[in-house]
Amino acid sequence: MSPASRLGSALAVLALVAAATALAALFVGSAPISPRAVVAVLTGRAQAQGVDEVVVLSLRLPRIAAALLAGGALAVAGAGFQALTRNPLAEPSVLGVSSGAAFGVVLAQVFGLRAGLLDALGLTAFAFGGALVAGVAVYLIASRAGGLPVHTLLLAGVIVGIFFSSAITVLISIVDFDRLGGVIHWLLGNLSPVPAGALGVFAAVAAVGFWLVLGQSRQLNLLALGEEGALQLGVNAERVKRRIFIGAALLVAAVVAFVGPIGFVGLIVPHALRMTLGPDNRVLVPTALLAGGVFLLAADTLARNLVAPAELSVGVITAFCGAPFFIYLMRSRAVRLAP
Amino acid sequence: MSALAEFRGVGFAYPAREGGGGFAIRDLSFTVGQEEIFGVIGPNASGKTTLIRLLSRVLAPSRGDVLLEGEPLGRLTRAAVATRIAVVPQDVPQGFPYTVEELVLMGRFPYAPGRFFESEADRAIAGEAMGLTGVSALRHEPLDRLSGGERQRVILARALAQKPRLLVLDEPTAHLDLRYQAECAGLLRRLNREAGLGIVLVSHDLSLAAELCDRLLLLAAGAAVKVGAPEAVLEEATLEAVYGCRVVVDKHPVSRRPTVQVVWPNA
Repeated sequence: MSPASRLGSALAVLALVAAATALAALFVGSAPISPRAVVAVLTGRAQAQGVDEVVVLSLRLPRIAAALLAGGALAVAGAGFQALTRNPLAEPSVLGVSSGAAFGVVLAQVFGLRAGLLDALGLTAFAFGGALVAGVAVYLIASRAGGLPVHTLLLAGVIVGIFFSSAITVLISIVDFDRLGGVIHWLLGNLSPVPAGALGVFAAVAAVGFWLVLGQSRQLNLLALGEEGALQLGVNAERVKRRIFIGAALLVAAVVAFVGPIGFVGLIVPHALRMTLGPDNRVLVPTALLAGGVFLLAADTLARNLVAPAELSVGVITAFCGAPFFIYLMRSRAVRLAP
Repeated sequence: MSALAEFRGVGFAYPAREGGGGFAIRDLSFTVGQEEIFGVIGPNASGKTTLIRLLSRVLAPSRGDVLLEGEPLGRLTRAAVATRIAVVPQDVPQGFPYTVEELVLMGRFPYAPGRFFESEADRAIAGEAMGLTGVSALRHEPLDRLSGGERQRVILARALAQKPRLLVLDEPTAHLDLRYQAECAGLLRRLNREAGLGIVLVSHDLSLAAELCDRLLLLAAGAAVKVGAPEAVLEEATLEAVYGCRVVVDKHPVSRRPTVQVVWPNA
């Protein structure tokens, strides 16, 4: 099957799954609302501004949208980083890029940016700065003449991640804790309601990031031949790297600014897709957008129902899935890579 | 008619921080004629790999010019170079399990870097290239399931899908058993004679180079020691000085081309 038709059928299936998951997520939650009442809200027959309507339309719906968006963004960023570094273990949280973005967000909050719309842009800008600095630092630390050794890259990511996490701890300790309301919950990933305006900013930033990665996905395939091989086939490798770094940093920054540094989505989703659809990034990048959304939405729906009426951080669920998965990948043949 | 490729007083030094220091290539001049098979030989670290990188515009010369059909490479885009020069490396990394067909189709990239998916014409050309190197039956196999020899023929097919004027091969027979060495040599000859493809063959196998090539360039420490017909370049005294070991140059009983054999030292 040609990559175009493979992409078409995979997108159709994933769109159906995404719609079904989103619909199902509207019906479950800690507030006791009967399925019949949810249907009434959705068909416009419920009491306006009633409790049911507020819960379904103002709490559950934006949360579902945020989960779809964040999951998609993380999966696309993961796919981009993996192709760029020729390393299936590369991922925003493993590479320390999420920590860099989180540091940017905490720094912005120290400067007094809160939840308003302009502040949302400011937070994203700081997160983008942090993500870009962390990503480029890891890349420069790990690259050797002619290659990016797998283990060096992972170690560099861990080190940079630890550095930024420590910097966050320093900021939290020297600043009046109340000014950083909910920072701990956010640091674990928290999809609790994002205001509609901020959600719009989130979607716009993520769209630019996605577009940048998607536009280089054919070139990313050729980078699998190594940088020299790609150059010899006419790929402008420097431009590809720049665009992927900027695109993936935008995606991670948007996620971290609005819902926190959620780990492992960018590892699990692209890998699962690669196993079913093959390694072609032109198929992988668009499908990761949908599949990542479905994955994070499912994880978040679990997170808010497992221990209801309390709530787990969604990052806890993804980490519980992702850590064993990372170990499995590390031990499997998928990581038998050239230096 | 201008030469297919030309090195004109080329010098190149790697930056010191990348373990460079001193020139990897020094004042190197030679031409590769249209429809010529040109061999590059020399000991390890003599500059063969650097020569391939300069010829494929991965590196830009520090001095002098590399020309392709009379045009300096620096004035062409990478994609334009890739439609005229195809490099066959010894192997490709196998981090992600691309199939044979996916890899061969990558050879079509320089013709339309703006396209997202390859066209039907691209698929036809890739299919033809796979047929030429005998890997059509493997088209849906992932690369990491192939033997070294099969992979080598797949990489050659990818280079042919580039429809180049000049094919540059880096140790093409390193992973091949005798039968495929013979087949590979036969294929290169056929491509050269029937399709008029110019070939630069970089090899440690001096007898193979002598068998296939019209002319040889012997490199040592980044400089040309000799350029000329195999009979002129492959002389015992010259080779012994360059390689630092004893050799015997003989004639192949069938082809009458020179063959080179090491005189193994007694322990």
